[in-house]
Amino acid sequence: MEFLSTLSVLAESTIRVSVPLILAALAGLFSERSGIFDIGLEGKMLAAAFAGGAAAAVFQSALMGLAAAIAVSVFLALVHAFASITERGNQIVSGVAINFIALGATVILGQAWFEQGGRTPQLEAGSRFQTVELPFVETLSAVPVLGPIYDLLSGHFLLTYFAFLMVPFSWWVLYRTRFGLRLRAVGENPGAVDTAGISVTWLRYRAVICCGILCGFAGAYLSMAMTAGFVKGMTAGKGFIALAALIFAKWKPVNVMFACLLFGFLDALAIRMQGNPLPLIGQVPVQLMQALPYILTVILLAGFIGKAVPPKAGGVPYVKER
Amino acid sequence: MSVPYAKLPAWVDFGLIPLLNLTVAFLFAGLVVLMAGESPVRAAILMVEGAFGYGEGVGFTLYYATNFIFTGLAVAVAFHCGLFNIGGEGQAYVGGLGVSLACLWLDHLVPWYITFPFAILGAALFGAGWALIPAWLQAKRGSHIVITTIMFNFIASSLMVYLLVETLKPPGSMAPHTRAFAEGGQLPKLDWLLALFGLDIGGAPFNVSFLLALVAAFLVWVLIWRTRLGYEIRTTGASPKAASYAGIPQARIIIITMLISGALAGMMAINPIMGDQHRMQLDFVTGAGFVGIAVALMGRSHPAGIIPAAILFGMLYQGGAEISFEMPNISRDMIVIIQGLVILFAGALENMFRPALTVFFANLSALRSTDRALEAGE
Repeated sequence: MEFLSTLSVLAESTIRVSVPLILAALAGLFSERSGIFDIGLEGKMLAAAFAGGAAAAVFQSALMGLAAAIAVSVFLALVHAFASITERGNQIVSGVAINFIALGATVILGQAWFEQGGRTPQLEAGSRFQTVELPFVETLSAVPVLGPIYDLLSGHFLLTYFAFLMVPFSWWVLYRTRFGLRLRAVGENPGAVDTAGISVTWLRYRAVICCGILCGFAGAYLSMAMTAGFVKGMTAGKGFIALAALIFAKWKPVNVMFACLLFGFLDALAIRMQGNPLPLIGQVPVQLMQALPYILTVILLAGFIGKAVPPKAGGVPYVKER
Repeated sequence: MSVPYAKLPAWVDFGLIPLLNLTVAFLFAGLVVLMAGESPVRAAILMVEGAFGYGEGVGFTLYYATNFIFTGLAVAVAFHCGLFNIGGEGQAYVGGLGVSLACLWLDHLVPWYITFPFAILGAALFGAGWALIPAWLQAKRGSHIVITTIMFNFIASSLMVYLLVETLKPPGSMAPHTRAFAEGGQLPKLDWLLALFGLDIGGAPFNVSFLLALVAAFLVWVLIWRTRLGYEIRTTGASPKAASYAGIPQARIIIITMLISGALAGMMAINPIMGDQHRMQLDFVTGAGFVGIAVALMGRSHPAGIIPAAILFGMLYQGGAEISFEMPNISRDMIVIIQGLVILFAGALENMFRPALTVFFANLSALRSTDRALEAGE
């Protein structure tokens, strides 16, 4: 029985930590499938978390917080788009720049505006997201097997359900709509899309804006749902784990969800295992668990377990022929 | 938009455009200071005074600059080969292991000038070793070096925490750092160098590794522009197809370049470990590996540009610490913003002003030639 309760706690925390990863990785999916590499996921998420925490505290409203988070994230996404699409700059360089600007600006502005050592004020219950209980949890909890599973599915934030719904929705957009087909095409062969009379620039801008919106949700989740307020540097590399998950998933939406759940599970396990030896394996250093997502991604990139092939036109600015 | 950029006068290309980009970056940084409710002009004055106003400040500025010269050179060497090495942070961190092992082994036995070469060798070997796997994966398996080096930064961080907590920490100690080095593991300060200019170094840890950084900068210049290997590196970077057609073994060049880059990043560890703290602590790199990206972009990947760029960032680092005494809202994190803005404007938006300037100078020369024609006609 103890094993089961441990498992359910572990499953709970896996879901909790996976949500921002899923949102950020799906954000990266839209951008990268259109041929714009984005290593600025971390920065956009951090800036969104700060904007969300700050606006929610000032306006006493979770929705205002969410709006601010998305606005700031989309703004940074547009900076990235301007640099890499319009000015045809190096996309990696631009992403690195956005990460640093967000990292520094959230600390400086947080300290200047709220004077709490880079934190935003603690959000009260009314101005942050609340968990929602699904109906009939009480009555169903007595049912064996189904009860605990239903219990696990209930009691999450709306943003959590939103994140998991975004997975099939992203799949539908990318694989079943005209926009999605063109978006994937522009990431593989922008010349062909251009020949068909569709604007490569406008298409890529829209993809990057989608990326900004989703990163905004990821940031809002961090500062307004998972915790009640922004803490400096609170993304702590989640943007890079999301990037790793995106590669691990070979740029496919449903795989993205499973990769994020796997990396989230490793994270939850690392926290859970601190000091507790694993059965069969014995004591595993917690640092190894923390590094495992990165190690797995490197191994995958090396092509030892399948091959991760990025979108063909990724990272290459499109130059229209005359 | 798709017209290739016309040729600009050299002073515009290497002087005006970088200066313009830098100015815009600092204007935006000023905007952030304004948003934080302080005066940007006063912040700038405080920063320059804090960095160059007195001997100790200059000492600290040059101490930080030493770190950034190493990491800037590391990024620059990789740039010349068309590789983006974001892994400087991790390579420097692991390089610290080489420095520490040399010091822990020799510090009680020999004076510093014997330990020093071993520490350099250790730093270079460990730093290069940490760059080897991403390099090999890029060269042989085609995995993107940017992603692998990012991943290796995180892996390095976990590895070093593990080593410091589990094995390198002296028994009975709680804090995760190695034991303090004896005399033989401490680099002498360069107080005499600043005394030549009548400056008192005070408590600043400005040390011999600054000279090592200058030597490294010179050697990088020799390597890139005066050797066969450097030529092969630049050809591979400029046009991989042409390079392979010319019979340059690409995989080998990529691996060698990354080893050099990693070794340079690793050597950064000598400065804080042997020159300042005299032991290895957690997170001693403190972002210097990333500052190297900004330094390399600003210095246009040339040692002659990297050294002033590194000193500028040393100034920001030292001056930033000074500002926070007067303006509590402006902390050293300001430098992270400036770093980001410099990377954005000198890197990704490098060519933003180029079309306008090209048109301007084209008109100017057209104007001049018509003037001349008119004069000749009269």
